Amino acid sequence: MSEIRIPKLEVAATPQSEPSGVGSGNPASVGTGPEAVRASTSISEVRRFLLARGNSAFADRLFGGTMMACAMSIFGIVLLIATELVMRSQLSWHKFGFAFFYKFNVDPDTHLPVFWDPVSGTFYALPFLYGTLVSSLLALLIAVPLAIGVAIFLTEMCPKFLRGPLGFVTELLAAIPSVVYGLWAVFVLVPLLREHVNPVFIAIFNNSVVVKLFGWTGIVGDKGFFGGSNYGLGMMAAGVILAVMILPIISSLTREVMNAVPNSQREAVLALGATRWEMIRTGVLRNARIGIVGSVILGLGRALGETMAVAMVIGNRPEISKSLLSLGYSMASVIANEFSEASDNLYLSALIEIGLALFIVTIIVNALARVLVWAVTRGTPARVQ
Amino acid sequence: MRQRMNQNRARSAMRTGVDHMATGLAILATILVIAPLIAIFVYLIYKGASSLNLAFFTQIPKPVGEAGGGMANAIVGSGVLLAVASLIGVPIGIGGGIYLAEFGRGTKLANAVRFTADVLNGVPSIVMGIAVYSLIVIPQGHFSAFSGGVGLGIMMIPTVTRTTEEMLLMVPNAVREAALGLGVPNWRSVLSITLKTASPGVITGCMLAFARVAGETAPLIFTAFGNQFWSASLNQPIAALPLQIYIYAISPYDEWHRLAWAGALVLIILIVLAVSLVRYVASRGILKGAS
Repeated sequence: MSEIRIPKLEVAATPQSEPSGVGSGNPASVGTGPEAVRASTSISEVRRFLLARGNSAFADRLFGGTMMACAMSIFGIVLLIATELVMRSQLSWHKFGFAFFYKFNVDPDTHLPVFWDPVSGTFYALPFLYGTLVSSLLALLIAVPLAIGVAIFLTEMCPKFLRGPLGFVTELLAAIPSVVYGLWAVFVLVPLLREHVNPVFIAIFNNSVVVKLFGWTGIVGDKGFFGGSNYGLGMMAAGVILAVMILPIISSLTREVMNAVPNSQREAVLALGATRWEMIRTGVLRNARIGIVGSVILGLGRALGETMAVAMVIGNRPEISKSLLSLGYSMASVIANEFSEASDNLYLSALIEIGLALFIVTIIVNALARVLVWAVTRGTPARVQ
Repeated sequence: MRQRMNQNRARSAMRTGVDHMATGLAILATILVIAPLIAIFVYLIYKGASSLNLAFFTQIPKPVGEAGGGMANAIVGSGVLLAVASLIGVPIGIGGGIYLAEFGRGTKLANAVRFTADVLNGVPSIVMGIAVYSLIVIPQGHFSAFSGGVGLGIMMIPTVTRTTEEMLLMVPNAVREAALGLGVPNWRSVLSITLKTASPGVITGCMLAFARVAGETAPLIFTAFGNQFWSASLNQPIAALPLQIYIYAISPYDEWHRLAWAGALVLIILIVLAVSLVRYVASRGILKGAS
């Protein structure tokens, strides 16, 4: 047995095959060589050899087992969340079935749709799906160009002395709690939108000339994106605050993905006579695009699940309206607002079913994003694997 | 010929122009991103600093209409919740990280754990809150500090696991081999050599997770629930700083808005301190002594 191991040991002990890629901890270096990958993913030969000497000890097994149990607890948590949510939402699932997510009742007097009326026991989740989706997409629309701009600036253009502080600032933006964003949004952002930003949009979108020209699209005019009354609160405010919140996530992952593009790519494009922007566009962005899409999807995942800040500014009214100025409701915020006052079991069960839907959607979205980001940064030592 | 040259010159001017424009747009984007951060900080200091006084840290909230009062119970409550959360999240998280870096490295199982941890990290905190609610609060019949701590604790686990793994991976193999070569049992080598070498990084990772859950409100709404009075009992509803900020912010009273701003300022100061410390330790090279 030792005859087999010792030659391997000698091979492993040579400097070439024991790379310091793991120890050096330089995430910018792209260790795409086979050694780097092997070193970061498997236990070294020397260690295996040494471990083989003493691993029969009971204490070692016990320790390894305990650590494994800790790791398995992550599966346990996911399973626990899933089973609890499925079990507790049975009542509403049996009552409404899949129609929970798309149906609604019609009020006999006003002929308006009724989605959510705890008094009469009507629980349909469509307005929450709509609110979550619209506010998140609006957030992406605002955040993605900015985040990619910041990432480009920080990785390709920024002078060295600014890189550290600016990276720190974006990191701080990610560390601010949701409720503080909400507080700021309620007292600063909402009045700002109501008095200075929304009137501009209203003036543009409801301008008689614009309405005459583009009225057929349904985007402009009284029934368009900026029709109705201007409360300040509403979809627009939720979209803006969500954009601020997901910006740092998208930009930091995009930066990482862009850092993973080998420098030789940049040098090659520059050597062909490209300007810096052309180099970024053809050499960096094109190579990193899968990862960038991944980070955008990850940002979407965050936006879908954001609770407190959205609950504080979206207006909390279960309605569906095309206008971005109208009040809305999101899946996460309806749970936060109504959970503690859900008196009867069906009400509670309906809220938990919304939570289950949110859980499934965010799991799918996050898994997809991780796979995409991982596909790009596979070779590097692993912050986002 | 001449026309060709002119064309080329025009094209090159346009390319330079586009290049400048792109640079300008990137700078503009950066400014636009920093603007809200500065705005938030300026407002927090402007609105919060005036309400920060001794009473804020020593008194419990006064009833509506009475001036003064503080958030002492919320600060203590947050401390209790975070202590419970750390007791649950840190050991399990570090254990998981040790498994990923030392035992399961490269195995399919470890990859699955790593992937699940990353995905779990993105699951909204409110969903965790519902799960803990139906797991602990419903059977128990009442809201409690303990359930809040459990909710925050399971949120810490994936973060701590992943940062611990990353830090352990940065420990050179030679260190482990040296320990094992001296005949130290593997568990001892992992705990007192590898983990110890990486401990600054692991601690900062735990602090990051800590800072993250310190600001969580959503899972506390229906686990810890909040409390207007003193309470340190794990079996009773308990106040928490972010929860109190939320309740005060959506209330119609100016006095409470003031307290909300002050509370937010305190929370932010704590978090900025934690993040700066993490950056400082990271910038000094966590494993300088080891390699």
